[in-house]
Amino acid sequence: MKNHAFLIVFAILVLQPLLFAQSKGMVSIKGSRYIPLYGRDSTVVEVNDFEMDMYPVTNAEYVNFVKQYPKWQKSKSIKLFVDGSYLTNWKNDLELKDSEKPDSPVTYVSWFAAKDYCECQGKRLPTVDEWEYVAMADETTKDARVKPSYNEQILAWYEAPRSNENSIGLTPKNAWGVYDLHGLVWEWTLDFNSVLITGESRKDVDKDSDLFCGSASVNATDLMNYAAFMRYAIRGSLKAKYSMKNLGFRCVQDINKVK
Amino acid sequence: MKQSNFIIGFSIAAMLFLTSCLDKKETVSDDAADIPVNREMLAELTSPPHVPTPVGKRKAKKLIVKMEILEKEGEMTDGVKYVYWTFGGTVPGSFIRTRVGDEVEFHLQNHPDNKLPHNIDLHAVTGPGGGAESSFVAPGHEKVFSFKTLNPGLYVYHCATAPVGMHIANGMYGLILVEPEGGLPLVDKEYYIMQGDFYTKGANGERGLQPFDMQKAIDEKADYVVFNGKVGALTGDNAITAKVGETVRLFVGNGGPGLVSSFHVIGEIFDRVHIEGGDLINENVQTTLIPAGGAAMVEFRVDVPGTFILVDHSIFRAFNKGALGMLKVEGEEDKKIYSGEIRDDIYLPEGPGIQTMPTTDEIVASEIPAKSFEEQMEFGKQAYMQTCFACHQAEGQGVPNAFPPLAKSDYLNADVDRSIGVVLNGLTGEITVNGQKYNSVMTRQTLSSDEIANVLTYVYNSWGNSKKVVTKAMVDKVKNSK
Repeated sequence: MKNHAFLIVFAILVLQPLLFAQSKGMVSIKGSRYIPLYGRDSTVVEVNDFEMDMYPVTNAEYVNFVKQYPKWQKSKSIKLFVDGSYLTNWKNDLELKDSEKPDSPVTYVSWFAAKDYCECQGKRLPTVDEWEYVAMADETTKDARVKPSYNEQILAWYEAPRSNENSIGLTPKNAWGVYDLHGLVWEWTLDFNSVLITGESRKDVDKDSDLFCGSASVNATDLMNYAAFMRYAIRGSLKAKYSMKNLGFRCVQDINKVK
Repeated sequence: MKQSNFIIGFSIAAMLFLTSCLDKKETVSDDAADIPVNREMLAELTSPPHVPTPVGKRKAKKLIVKMEILEKEGEMTDGVKYVYWTFGGTVPGSFIRTRVGDEVEFHLQNHPDNKLPHNIDLHAVTGPGGGAESSFVAPGHEKVFSFKTLNPGLYVYHCATAPVGMHIANGMYGLILVEPEGGLPLVDKEYYIMQGDFYTKGANGERGLQPFDMQKAIDEKADYVVFNGKVGALTGDNAITAKVGETVRLFVGNGGPGLVSSFHVIGEIFDRVHIEGGDLINENVQTTLIPAGGAAMVEFRVDVPGTFILVDHSIFRAFNKGALGMLKVEGEEDKKIYSGEIRDDIYLPEGPGIQTMPTTDEIVASEIPAKSFEEQMEFGKQAYMQTCFACHQAEGQGVPNAFPPLAKSDYLNADVDRSIGVVLNGLTGEITVNGQKYNSVMTRQTLSSDEIANVLTYVYNSWGNSKKVVTKAMVDKVKNSK
């Protein structure tokens, strides 16, 4: 019995740092209600409290992951869950090509792989609403969408080539303490294809009369929508098995899990 | 009576009905849809200003088009960089040449290095979105769709991914030609030109990598309006060429996104223009309007050698924003059609009175009157160089048969008061100077009495003249004697 108690205490002592370790490298996000830039119905959505990775998942972290979970290694992955370009910048199952940096964000990963990665860490992918909620902050303001500078910076990134080759953490930290939401790579979201973009964007505009009206007026809102448009467009062009050079991911977890 | 009214009414209605049926009977598209295809062919794609070989008499085929999308940095003009989004690596995108009835299997490939998803809307497609719905493609992927070309003509294609305007503004447009059965009439030279407007953060000419400016684009305030994607894409060594006697066909498109083009070739008249790229042909056209998202085929024979300038005749765009290209024509001159410069003559406006320069009557006296002969000579020379030099020349030698000499001039030296009068009031009609007859017009000069005294003193004391000194008093005396 005493032995048992000892074991339990021991287990708690060992496991507790592990529990906290899950939150390491994450920042907590206070939930709220907001109107997404361009969402399902352009109505208010509610975001609960959650924690988000400060950085996107790196190449090095993903190397560790595939060592632990061989089913996600390049040659062993199931073709239903990844396409031909999965980890195409890797030399073999366990090594990156020499040109790739360990602290660059991992890219060429499918949604299935990203989702499983997060779940294996006891986390999950963020929803579009959660991701957009955190991403509307700049360095000082939690909702910077009305600032022209915020939108200009984002638009400028869309034109900057090869940003996926940069290291993580080089872009300014936003007001929540999160890095690289803009300026590095696109990121997978849990429900990336929930906003139906048909590819015929003019038709999509038709469907969403609010947006159409917004676009018709000339003010900062337009620029804001244009930046968002592009994120929704990229999400809309994806399928879950796709892998892309400019697409990585990060994980989140619900707050109540880590009580 | 009522009955017959009814019958008449009915028969009119019936006639209308019948005619409308007849109208419907023919439409090209019905026929074109039934054109059978045999064999497969990989489409030849070309970069501007070149076009693929004409379809000629070939039968309709399954035509495979492989178009790669590249986002890449290029040069807008010297020292100004821009990130272009392109179909096939060029702005405008690769030229696609098809014939009516072709079944085009379109492969749209989005390069893995690209950041954004894209698609393509071809105006030659009959179907929702012009193909845009079926071709929405993520980076590192390829989409395939197919369509049958039903209507002959020259069509624009462009990207239609949100934000559409931005994709077009960054260069995502090009032309697809659908030739009629048997092909267009053959010509000697064919070229591919497309206008586009660009909106940069910095003003025109500001150096460095210039990002796209959404606000300027919305306001339609273009910093660059260019042919083929950049300033100078069709000038100097890049000029398109032809030989005298050749027939030239230009496939001209306008990608926009904002501006309409008034396409004109300086020194040429378009013999034939397929208006808006369609079947209707207008002849003898000076300037043809090309809407944004539209095109035209213009044809003309070049008869004389020289450099012909292609412009958007909204002319500040040509000379200040880049919408300027060149067609260099080599060959024998034909003086009958264009002589070149024959003579450089003096132009003298006709009319009875003495011509006056526009001026107020009040002549401001020189602020500093000359105090000595030396100063008079100095000031006089200044006045001469400003006022008299153009006609009478630097050494007073004049211009034979046009302007009489002042050097060793018998006419000048004979009568000082007459000379003062000529400067004060001008002179017109025939005079004889040193034995030569002159029949010209000298306008009244806007000089003060002081200045006239100085300039005449300078003239009289130069070039072998009589060395008289003219004073203000002498000038005033002549002035007041009238």
